[in-house]
Amino acid sequence: MDGEHGTFEHGADFGIFGRGPLVEDAFRAAAQAVFALTTDLAAVGPREKIAFEFDENDLELALVRWLNLLLSHAADRGLALGRFALERDGDHWKGAAWGEPWHDGLERGTGVKGATLTMLSVKQEGSAWEARCVVDV
Amino acid sequence: MTLLKEVDPCTWSLAADPRTGRREARLYGTRELVAAMDDKVLEQIGNVARLPGLVGAAMAMPDAHWGYGFPIGGVAAFDPEAGGIISAGGVGFDISCGIRCLRTGLAKGDVLKVAQKLSDALFRDIPAGVGEGGNLRLTVPELDRVLKQGARWAVDEGMGEEADLEFIEDHGCAKGADPACVSPLAKSRQLGEMGTLGSGNHYLEVQCVERVHDAQAAEAFGIAEGQVVVSIHCGSRGLGHQIGTDFLVSLAKAASRLGIALPDRELACAPIRSPEGEEYLGAMNAATNCALANRQILAHLTRGIFRHFFRDARVETLFDVSHNTCKMENHEVDGRKCLLYVHRKGATRAFGPGHPSLPARYRAAGQPVVIGGSMGTGSYILAGVETSEARAFSSASHGAGRSMSRNAALRRWHGRELIDELAERGIIIRTRSMRGAAEEAPGAYKDVEAVAEATERAGLARRVALLRPMICIKG
Repeated sequence: MDGEHGTFEHGADFGIFGRGPLVEDAFRAAAQAVFALTTDLAAVGPREKIAFEFDENDLELALVRWLNLLLSHAADRGLALGRFALERDGDHWKGAAWGEPWHDGLERGTGVKGATLTMLSVKQEGSAWEARCVVDV
Repeated sequence: MTLLKEVDPCTWSLAADPRTGRREARLYGTRELVAAMDDKVLEQIGNVARLPGLVGAAMAMPDAHWGYGFPIGGVAAFDPEAGGIISAGGVGFDISCGIRCLRTGLAKGDVLKVAQKLSDALFRDIPAGVGEGGNLRLTVPELDRVLKQGARWAVDEGMGEEADLEFIEDHGCAKGADPACVSPLAKSRQLGEMGTLGSGNHYLEVQCVERVHDAQAAEAFGIAEGQVVVSIHCGSRGLGHQIGTDFLVSLAKAASRLGIALPDRELACAPIRSPEGEEYLGAMNAATNCALANRQILAHLTRGIFRHFFRDARVETLFDVSHNTCKMENHEVDGRKCLLYVHRKGATRAFGPGHPSLPARYRAAGQPVVIGGSMGTGSYILAGVETSEARAFSSASHGAGRSMSRNAALRRWHGRELIDELAERGIIIRTRSMRGAAEEAPGAYKDVEAVAEATERAGLARRVALLRPMICIKG
């Protein structure tokens, strides 16, 4: 399911957050928050897939690694991304995303250089998880 | 302001706190500028002052604003022989982001006659914005040569003139670059990104020298009122961003393993004299060379476009200066020369007159310093001054500095309306991103004239010329 996502204030860059019932859902929503800065997610066709795995036992660092791996692979392949998937098995994470090469029909938003450790938090509030950090643009 | 002590009208001190291990932090700027800074600036520069091996005070320039780890506008020098550290957060993701300034010798009136066509050509031929690749496609061995040689590589490939190199910091090549320290993914991201501007606050701007403050320095820099210059603001693109990403987590873990207590995890760092520190230095210097080569290619493209319109134009490099760096420099501390690693995160090196690294033409005037302003207001060229050495390890402001968040700017302005408003004022904006234009609204930045004046009054650099925008290609 798609979680809630959005931005929060930061003096120079953007704070982003994602929320969902599971950590993975919150992380996926956080990815939507990041890539919504770059373009209109709904307009991105799922024509190409990227996939990767990583190990991380620190939840906060896992969020940063997840977002930065998405940004890195998207930039490397020249893709705008619109859909995201993430599975977790203990400290092992399996991520995927779908998108298409940039073209004139896609809205050009703000390029994101990387997810930072600033205002980084991953926490459970009631029945939902929230993942947030500042991204450098 | 309550925590700060006024040292002089443009210097404010946050006292050392032995309980937390914090050394002194200094903020430069007028009372108004310092009072208007986000509270996070003080918190962040105070955190920097707690890092091991700091020499003197941790400093914030007059344009400082809230960053990540270091504030933007933060300067801190570390002694490698005293456990001093190198911090990826103290350099930033866009390693060696900076400004190449070109003088054209052209009069404003001549450029105005072709302004629309010139803006079309610049917008067509300068790759800019999110998702825009360059026209060059390098192989990994070619990129490795870029990472070793910097701007020299571009000139040797026919993208520039030998004379360009004399007017780039460190003659266009950072020493100590080690391509082996750069990850395959970082290299892969850069193969198609050489000669691209990027997005966010990056730009190529055609500007007119509106006012000269220092005629002697202006003459040395080869500019005069009414003449046109070009400023290109960009950095190391995907390669630098990936190096920042790669080392952010690894240095945070290294700091933890090495027992360095970080007041903020974003200050991820390692001792300069450690395997992790040396690996980051090798990668960071490689990214610096990538940025220098990138701006050299863009300068070459710009030169070609200008020569299409003005066949005899002499488009020459005035100077190229980076403002996201950590450089190994000699400085005098307590009467003795020390080799220090000076972090400047959103701050410009500003060597004063007589510094041996300066080109002979500028040695009497001091190093050119460029304060990039917003697309609707203006920018400044300054010159380094002798007092900056003792006050800030020869550092000065790098930009106007944001006064409003991007979210707030998006709520207040619409890109199309803003571009139309600026057009009515005679400023042509060309961009693929209306959202980006709104985020970069002139009203979201501090008053660049106040920042430049405060930089001068603080003894960091002196004003030489005010530049007004004519055409802006926004990333």
